[in-house]
Amino acid sequence: MPEWMSPALIMLAAALAIGPARGHLRTALVLGAPLLTLWAVWQVPDGVQDTLRFMSYQIEPVEGSPLRRLFATIFALMAFVGGLFAFRLARWHELAAAYAYAAGAIGVSFAGDLITLFLYWELMALFSTVVVWCGGTAASRAAGIRYAILHLLGGVMLKVGIEGIVVSTGSIQITPMLAQDFNSAMVLCGILINAAAPPLSAWLADAYPESSPTGSVFLSAFTTKTAVLALILLFPGEPLLVGVGLFMVMYGIIYALLENDIRRILAYSIVNQVGFMVCAVGIGTQLALNGAAAHAFAHIIYKALLFMSAGVVIYRTGRNKCTELGGLFQTMPLTTVCCIVGALSISSFPLTSGFTTKSLISQAAAYEGMATVYLLLTAASAGVFLHAGIKFPWFVFFQRDSGLRPKDAPWNMALAMLIFAALCILLGVYPQWLYALLPYPMEYQAYSAGKVLFYLQLLLFSGLAFFLLLPLMKRTDTLSLDVDWLWRRALPAALGWLGRRADALQGPAGRLLQWLRGVFTHLAVHYLGQPHTADSEERGLFARSWPIGTTALWIAILLSAYVLVYYL
Amino acid sequence: MTDARQGHFLTRPATIRRLWWIFSAVLAATVLGQLVIYVKGYFTVDGWFGFGAVFGFLSCLLMVLFAKALGVLLKRPRDYYQQQERNDDA
Repeated sequence: MPEWMSPALIMLAAALAIGPARGHLRTALVLGAPLLTLWAVWQVPDGVQDTLRFMSYQIEPVEGSPLRRLFATIFALMAFVGGLFAFRLARWHELAAAYAYAAGAIGVSFAGDLITLFLYWELMALFSTVVVWCGGTAASRAAGIRYAILHLLGGVMLKVGIEGIVVSTGSIQITPMLAQDFNSAMVLCGILINAAAPPLSAWLADAYPESSPTGSVFLSAFTTKTAVLALILLFPGEPLLVGVGLFMVMYGIIYALLENDIRRILAYSIVNQVGFMVCAVGIGTQLALNGAAAHAFAHIIYKALLFMSAGVVIYRTGRNKCTELGGLFQTMPLTTVCCIVGALSISSFPLTSGFTTKSLISQAAAYEGMATVYLLLTAASAGVFLHAGIKFPWFVFFQRDSGLRPKDAPWNMALAMLIFAALCILLGVYPQWLYALLPYPMEYQAYSAGKVLFYLQLLLFSGLAFFLLLPLMKRTDTLSLDVDWLWRRALPAALGWLGRRADALQGPAGRLLQWLRGVFTHLAVHYLGQPHTADSEERGLFARSWPIGTTALWIAILLSAYVLVYYL
Repeated sequence: MTDARQGHFLTRPATIRRLWWIFSAVLAATVLGQLVIYVKGYFTVDGWFGFGAVFGFLSCLLMVLFAKALGVLLKRPRDYYQQQERNDDA
């Protein structure tokens, strides 16, 4: 493979070829491309492989390091198992979009400079939106639009920050920094939006559960974990991240406890788990960064496994609410067992991957003498068992008998779940396999009798709390307000109020209000789109099916403007 | 395994009672185990006898109560955002 060629290009080529390919050729592409990518990932040696000139910049499309290979490995593995899970059910354009999305994540992993990173970053934003849209419902279309707007906003912030850094330092190198000036703060904000950090966490639980049962498996893996990688590369030891991470950890638990939609519970728990990683990046020691990387690796596996089990349940029953499910263990034993393995892993139960990776982060906090952080992370570990470890499998597969007797998973979905369930246990029993791939060498004993006993006490008594408090956790068919209330409810209400005032008022004030209403209505209709518009009607700009061309055009315009400004 | 009168063995009251006994025994064992196994505390308190058990239980209790209280403020019907659209259409 040429040195300048990123392994991401294999996935991208596969994404382009999936559409025209038919039958067995398509299956071979879907299953073969991620494996070929995985092989290519391990052919990338350490260091910058090649440089290309773009305008006056030295572009480094491929830079290898243990950390980058680790993330690219799990992204490629995820694409393979996700492809195996999805290929018989998902439509070709969902698979193609998911593979282009995975290509973006792998591209970011190897990006040696900020411009390459940004391009792959936007590729992810673009095609993850398409994956959300592949949910195929009016709700998924609307959620996809909200998702796209937020991610484009994050992209713009990232771009502004990168350009500022380029102007002030003249360098496009990816080097560790702290958010001490406007430029680096913008880069940090752009990355944190993708990590689902506060105050803009709502997009994740809004969009992911509206995708198809197969789409959500891909979505759960790439965006947030690429953000974690970017944070490790750019902001290790940024103190702000400790607080941000702790907030995410608690936010995820509380919102998941209130939730009824099974994939929304899992979506909130992504925020919770990414919070652990963000906090670890904030702690910033070698052990903590190893913990963030290892936890991201393990998290992708068990979270995809949980989303797969939820996907199978939705595929087989057509239902997605705790209040409508229950008792499925009787006819879906394999899905139940795989779900329980994923649930135990996310709860960091001993002998699962969660235990061997999350404990690195707690240990790092302990070694740094951060008592509050350590105790909050420990409390959060108990909370994870509560909301994801027991609540999710309990309400879906046990609790009362819903009377549903669906068939178990089809063979390909079962195989995908079994592969990831086996990995959860393997990495729990043989953590040294994963530890050997981590960016920094470390002497760490994952298991000691005292540590296992402590975690068993913590988790099993959380379990006791769950069953004793069950009456308090009775599911209600509700949603929980989040920050997105501002633009989903308050903004339209304000526009409506403005409209009524404008109609009533006469004179200059009335004319001003009418003008303002015109501007806002134009913006809302033209850019936000109208999610409830019937298919035959004209849709808003982002609701039309032309995102690739438009974005390419905008990139071209932005680059041209940049060249112009540069030479003036 | 499945009996028409009694349902799946895991759903029978006798089984559930037995599971509660087993669970209680395991809980007791994890706490009493600390008599023979040393649990290293990084900040003194976390090495206390039964700290993990009490801390885990109380954390969960607090989180559930906090979520319950927050739910009063934040919970809305599932079609909350669609209602808005319907009102706009009307």
